[in-house]
Amino acid sequence: MAGLELTAAQQAQLAGAAGPAAALAMRLVARMGEITGATGLVPISRAHIDGCLYHGPASVDFARTLAEGGGKVTVPTTLNVGAVDLLHPELFRGKAEVASAAREMMRYYQAMGCRQTWTCAPYQLRDRPGLGEQIAWAESNAIVFANSVLGARTERYGDFIDICAAIVGHVPLVGLHTDAGRRARVVVRLRNVATRLLERDTTFAALGHLLGSLVGGRIPVIVGIDAATEDQLKALGAASASSGAVAMFHVAGVTPEAPTEAAALGGTAPEAVFEIGPSDLRDAVRALTSTTTRQLGAVSVGTPHFSHTEFVRLRELLRGRRIASDIEFFVSTGRDTLARIRDEGWEDELRSTGLQIVTDTCTYITPILSGRPGAVMTNSAKWAWYAPNNLGYEVVFASLEECVESAVLGSVWRDETAWEES
Amino acid sequence: MMIRDAEILLAGTATGSLLVLDEPLSFWGGVHEATGVITDTHHPQHGQPVTGAILLMPSGRGSSSSSSVLAELIRADVGPAAIVLGSRDPIIALGALVAEALYRKVVPIIVLPADTYRAVSAQTGMVRLEAAPGEVSITPA
Repeated sequence: MAGLELTAAQQAQLAGAAGPAAALAMRLVARMGEITGATGLVPISRAHIDGCLYHGPASVDFARTLAEGGGKVTVPTTLNVGAVDLLHPELFRGKAEVASAAREMMRYYQAMGCRQTWTCAPYQLRDRPGLGEQIAWAESNAIVFANSVLGARTERYGDFIDICAAIVGHVPLVGLHTDAGRRARVVVRLRNVATRLLERDTTFAALGHLLGSLVGGRIPVIVGIDAATEDQLKALGAASASSGAVAMFHVAGVTPEAPTEAAALGGTAPEAVFEIGPSDLRDAVRALTSTTTRQLGAVSVGTPHFSHTEFVRLRELLRGRRIASDIEFFVSTGRDTLARIRDEGWEDELRSTGLQIVTDTCTYITPILSGRPGAVMTNSAKWAWYAPNNLGYEVVFASLEECVESAVLGSVWRDETAWEES
Repeated sequence: MMIRDAEILLAGTATGSLLVLDEPLSFWGGVHEATGVITDTHHPQHGQPVTGAILLMPSGRGSSSSSSVLAELIRADVGPAAIVLGSRDPIIALGALVAEALYRKVVPIIVLPADTYRAVSAQTGMVRLEAAPGEVSITPA
C-alpha cells in the first residue's frame, strides 16, 4: 500500500481479525485513502449514512453482505432518507417489490447499529457536530452544511464508504479533514444585491445554483452577505452541491471559519474572482423553472428536509386558509421535526389546511406525487434541478410565499414585484 | 497507444466502443439504472447508452449516490466496460470496487492527465484498454 500507513490494529482488521464485514470496510476505506493520496487515517466521532437509499439490488446486496458479516458501527451514526416513508407507508406509489427491497435494506442498516433518523438534514437534529469535529457524513447537502455552517470536517462521503467509515471509525486524513484543504480558492462577490432580495428564500437557492456552476468543486468565499439563517444557508449549499460539486463554502463574516474574506483565503491569492449581480440571480431563478404553464398540480417543499423554523413560517402563511382541493401539497421533513411539532400540539392544525407531511424519505427520489396534470411548484433549487429528470415533472421554482398563494388559489401565482427594486 | 502517466483506480482489461462525454456526468439521476441510457436532459450525450462503452469523462458530478448506481449498472450488465477519467473520482472508483467485491465483475478505471486525456478522446471506434500496474494502454480493437 504505497504511501498509506496503517496501524497494527488497522492491518489486523484488514486481515479479518474483526470479521469479514470489518475487513471489507477497512479494505475500501484504505483503498480510498490510497486513491486520495492519504498517508494515514484519522478517527471520526460520528457518521451519517446515505447508503440506506435503495438504488437497486446491488445496494441491498452490499448492506446484506456487511450486516451478515457481523458489521457494527463503532461511532454514533445517523441515517439519511430511505425510499419509503416508514411512518406513512401509504404515501408510496411505486412498485411493491421496490418498497419491500427498500425496507429490507433499511433493516440491515438498523441491524448494524445506526440510529433511525431517516433525514437528509442531520444538522437539524439536537445532537449535531461542532467546530473542528472530524466526522464522516454522506449526502451532498449534509456534507456542505456540516463543513460550511457547523465547521465540522467531512470529505464527500457517499454510498458504501459511509457505512465502511462508521464500521472502521476512521477515514483517510485528506482534503476537507485538514486545515489546508478548507481554505477558499475563489472569491464570489455580490454586487448591488439589495437586502430585500437577500431576504427571499429563492435568492439563496439561486445563488447556490449559480455558485455550483461557477466554481465546480472549488471552495468559494462569498462576499456581500451580512447575515443569513441556517435555512438560507441550507438552500444555498444544497443547490450548489446539485449544480456543481461544492462540499464547502465560506460566507465572509457569517460562517465560522471565515471571520473575513482574507481569513477564508488563508493568506493566499484567489484563483479566480466572480461577480454576481441581481440580473444573474434573476436568470438563475428563471432557469430553474421548466414551464410557463399556470396550471398547477402539486407543491413540494422540504428538499432538503423542512426545518422546524420553516414549519413555523409555513404555519403563519397558511393560518386560516385551505389548500385548493385539486392541489397536492407535500412537505418532506425528518421524523424528529414532525415529533417536535406533534409534541407542541400543532400537527393537526397544519394537516387541516390540506397539506401532507412526508417523513423518512423525499418526494424527489421516490414516487409519492400522484401525477396530477399541471406543474409542480417548489422553493427548492435541488428539487427543481433533479425532479424533471427523476420524475418527469414540469417545475415552477418560486418562493415559499408564492408556493402557498398558488396552492390556495389553485393555479400558479408569481410575485411580479419581487425583482422591481433590484 | 501506451500510456505512461495513467493512474490506475481499478486494474483490469476491457474492450468496447469509445464514448467521449463532453461534460461531467452524474450516474445518479443521470443514467437509467436498468438500461444504462444517459437520461440527464442537461447532458450533451443525453439519450446515449453507456453500456459496454469505454467511457471517457472529464469527471463525475453531483450526488454521492453515483457509487450505488454504477455498482448497480455493473451488476445488471448494463454498465460501461471501462471508465477513463480526466480527474480522480473516488465516488466512481468506489462503485466499481464494490461491484468487484460483490460480483467479481471488473470495470477498470484509470485517470489521465489533461494532454493524454485529450489524445485519447481524439480516438474513435472499438478499443482495448489494459490497465495493469506499470502497463496501461488503449489500442484499436
